[in-house]
Amino acid sequence: MPERFVYADNAATTQISDRVLEAMMPWLKEGYGNPSSIYALGRKSKIAIETAREKVAAAIGADPSEIYFTGCGSEADNWAIKGALSRLAKKGKNHFITSEIEHHAVLHTANALKKNGAEITLVGVDEGGRVSPADVEAAIRPETALVSIMFANNEIGTIQPIAEIAKICKEKKVLFHTDAVQAVGTVPINVKELGVDMLSLSGHKLHAPKGIGALYIRKGVFIDVFMDGGGQERSKRAGTENVAGIVGLGEAMEYAAATMEERTAKVLAMRERLIDGIIGIKRCRLNGCRDHRLPGNVNISFEGIEGESLLLMLDMNGIAASSGSACTSGSLDPSHVLLAIGLPAEIAHGSLRLSLNDYNTEEDVDYILEKLPPIIERLRMMSPLWEKIIKEEQ
Amino acid sequence: MLYSEKVMDHFANPRNVGEIADADGVGEVGNAKCGDIMKIYLKIEDNIITDVKFKTFGCGAAIATSSMATEMIMGKSIDEALTITNKAVVEALDGLPPVKIHCSVLAEQAVKAALLDYYQKQGIEPPVDLEVSVCSGECESCGH
Repeated sequence: MPERFVYADNAATTQISDRVLEAMMPWLKEGYGNPSSIYALGRKSKIAIETAREKVAAAIGADPSEIYFTGCGSEADNWAIKGALSRLAKKGKNHFITSEIEHHAVLHTANALKKNGAEITLVGVDEGGRVSPADVEAAIRPETALVSIMFANNEIGTIQPIAEIAKICKEKKVLFHTDAVQAVGTVPINVKELGVDMLSLSGHKLHAPKGIGALYIRKGVFIDVFMDGGGQERSKRAGTENVAGIVGLGEAMEYAAATMEERTAKVLAMRERLIDGIIGIKRCRLNGCRDHRLPGNVNISFEGIEGESLLLMLDMNGIAASSGSACTSGSLDPSHVLLAIGLPAEIAHGSLRLSLNDYNTEEDVDYILEKLPPIIERLRMMSPLWEKIIKEEQ
Repeated sequence: MLYSEKVMDHFANPRNVGEIADADGVGEVGNAKCGDIMKIYLKIEDNIITDVKFKTFGCGAAIATSSMATEMIMGKSIDEALTITNKAVVEALDGLPPVKIHCSVLAEQAVKAALLDYYQKQGIEPPVDLEVSVCSGECESCGH
């Protein structure tokens, strides 16, 4: 057994916090009433949902009537994009703009739209992973229905100039959606100040459970219904509500908004120490940019080694992390994000993502900094690629 | 993705890692772009593989299959080593996830490449069926 367990994959998911679990418990047991039912048991569930909606709305500066609960972040992305395109296609607007580094929930949705005849433009990013607002502006055409640019990237943590892009879209009268799954609860977000039309978020990234997400749809924005059925969510998203999940999301968002400043200060300090401690290793590079970066994100490529072996060795030492290597993506290609920022495939294969949050401690950072360098060294010693790199150096 | 205990054992404690300075045969297959390279060194006396070492850049399965392949050919005759297939390596490891089967192919190819190199160095005509498919990183078989 390893001497310590360090969870450094908070961008993948987070554990449910005690306060969230506590808030949810009554709605998993005695509060089982269907929110659509007329009697007291059902009404209580309905009230719980509406209270949670207010909390979610308040945390991002929205009106409660602009929040729609979904099954996950991917569903929110699918709904926003497919719903906007199907509605606007009827008016001859069938063009969708997004970026090369989006989550698959957006990119694969774009592919699905393309098969159905939509036109797709993917804007590129600079070496830090930033989308240029000018590129988005240049891509907009009279038939553009929607622009969707993620708030912050899940792999390299790059935060996009969302307010600037939203402003351009508004001027051009094009709808703008942002996938803020990685950002909500981590960085301050006010939908009114940003000027976005739609925003996706997900519960399990901020200590709420899996299986709950939400889509913010600005008042006055109309998109087609994605889930047909009953009259839940003001007839916009059918399906009996996940009451406990919704209550958990409300609790998590309220807490996240209230504690953001102190959490960010703590996480940022740990991240900086982690980056500084790793970056001294020979032939590695920080992916993404240091300024416009999620507070907990560290993404570093090590030349000469492959990411999956690195993750397995970290796991044997009790460290849970992630990589953009092909072998960990389930496909045979390395991460599309790392390729988009210009990394050669062989270097992208050797990437490591450590994502911290307020549940991590300085001791976790110490432990990673103690265990990681010898693992890199060990893998490099058995790598013929590293041998070549060193020979070329001499 | 789940690896068998044997795969994890060979990954965590790989056998025969290293180089042989005065190797009689060296074979290298794979490429960095695809994320795996295997290099096998052989010491051969009287047609018997008396020593074998490997170096691998790649995932857990790549390291485990190289380790297992070296263990399977150690002390064997060249003819015996040539009969070892990727399937035998997979079976010896109690299976591999489907997406990792190509790692075992690479291990088989690395052994063959090292033996081919041995024949060439010795000036001996290799068996007619001894072929190594060199990956250019451009073929369609693994999606690159």
